[in-house]
Amino acid sequence: MAGDGTVKLIDEKGKRLDGRTVNDLRPTEIKIGVVKNADGSAEIRMGKNIIIAAVYGPRELHPKHRALPHRALIQCFYRMSTFSVNDRKSPAPSRREKEISMILANALTSVVLTEKYPRTTVDVYLQVLQADGGTRCASLTAASVALADAGVPMRGIISSVASGLINDKVAQDLDDIEDQKGSGDMPLGYCPTLNEVSLFQLDGVFTLEQFDECLDLSIEGAKKLHTMQTDALKQKYTDIRAEVSDDDELAKEKVKPVVKDETKPVAKDETKPVAKDETKPVAKDETKPVAKDETKPVAKDETKEKSGDE
Amino acid sequence: MSEIKVKNHEIVIPGDLLGEGTIKYGEGVIRRGNSYFSSIVGLFQDKGDFIQVKALKGKYLPRPGDLVIGKVVEVGLTNWIVDVGSPYSAVLSANNATEKRFDPVKDDTRRIFNIGDMILTKIMSFDRTRDPQILTNERGLGKLRGGRVIEIEAAHIPRVIGKKGTMINMVKRLTRTQIITGQNGRIWVQGKNVDDELKAIGSIKKIEKEAHTQGLTDRIREMLSINQTEEEV
Repeated sequence: MAGDGTVKLIDEKGKRLDGRTVNDLRPTEIKIGVVKNADGSAEIRMGKNIIIAAVYGPRELHPKHRALPHRALIQCFYRMSTFSVNDRKSPAPSRREKEISMILANALTSVVLTEKYPRTTVDVYLQVLQADGGTRCASLTAASVALADAGVPMRGIISSVASGLINDKVAQDLDDIEDQKGSGDMPLGYCPTLNEVSLFQLDGVFTLEQFDECLDLSIEGAKKLHTMQTDALKQKYTDIRAEVSDDDELAKEKVKPVVKDETKPVAKDETKPVAKDETKPVAKDETKPVAKDETKPVAKDETKEKSGDE
Repeated sequence: MSEIKVKNHEIVIPGDLLGEGTIKYGEGVIRRGNSYFSSIVGLFQDKGDFIQVKALKGKYLPRPGDLVIGKVVEVGLTNWIVDVGSPYSAVLSANNATEKRFDPVKDDTRRIFNIGDMILTKIMSFDRTRDPQILTNERGLGKLRGGRVIEIEAAHIPRVIGKKGTMINMVKRLTRTQIITGQNGRIWVQGKNVDDELKAIGSIKKIEKEAHTQGLTDRIREMLSINQTEEEV
């Protein structure tokens, strides 16, 4: 955004500063259940970003006059740790943090079935432990996983990634340097199963072609993230299943080594894929519904949403 | 016409496509046009004439008639505010608390239930626009004395009870404890000694952890009877 295009961010071979090509996401890891006290939680590591999301609720809202009579209120608390950036970040909530909290709350409100819990609040706490560009997107990705982990009913899970312009080329998932020295930045929150945009911001000047290319690239990245979110959510339960069926197999072998036919194939199917092959079958399941109605995503009327919140 | 895309007992997450066409659906499922999606993390169940997703986690929502274990958090002149582990705190008014008529001039609410008391109650009414009303003036309801209360996911209570109470009766028998399960995820356990109580709690926690697997009753029986034989030897 602030860049004038003079800093070289891509070399002749199309490699970026950290060795990625323009189509690559940063290596990403998502875990659930990291905050035991919370009703649901998630941790995301996206490149150098580390963010913890914790969800409490639905629960009673205090002060009570802020409660909405027809739906639940979603409150986001995005905070950056003082040690998350090179120069110490002041611990006082900044204008930027308040703004990000608000846009994340708006984005999440569009997918959570808030009308199921009127007069309550769902609190989403997002603590950035280490920041390296694109934290609002990573936060949104983690927050929707944490909400699902908390058992909050939702229409879908949001996956979010920020693409942008560096050296007049469209590139996916900008990091901190690319964000500051590049010439455009476009955070996108997208729900692949609904084919809906729930967060959209843009900074910089794009040509129409660049805009289309950037949007497509972001959506592609969001879909990749979505399979990771799915895996993270299912992992906990498939792991327990695998563990249990393992026990069963051992127990049955001890007692009656003859009766194997029924238990074995099931046990094998469940134990093995957890580590490696798990991603593949899931990925198939996830992409199918989206591929069918692969029209342009329906941009939600953002202004309407906001006025409705008041 | 209709087509179901997910296998029975598969784990689904919000937004997963479950089926297309005209299907009857129950809890945890939302419909968009002719497509049906899951709205929660849960176990997909194809019940033949309809589909549903059983939640694996989530807050307890009161239903009239539910037996729940609550904690008194506030005492008023003629009522108590009780935490029943749901997003809405329950109100117990004095008329519904005791079998005797309550006279606000003579009787003191604090002598009946005080702050911190665990009480076994029943949900009288609840409709989301008002806080749930509860009662304790039926047989067996009231203050829980002795024992201990543990908290598990409310969604797993049916699994702890089992079909017609098979699971809970087995745990009671094998650990020689008394157990009361509240629909809100709180369970009261009392045994003759601490070991029995801990054993019962251990098995309940195991049921909670493995609630989404099959053949659980056998595994719990095995676990408890192994402990028993060890003791006897």
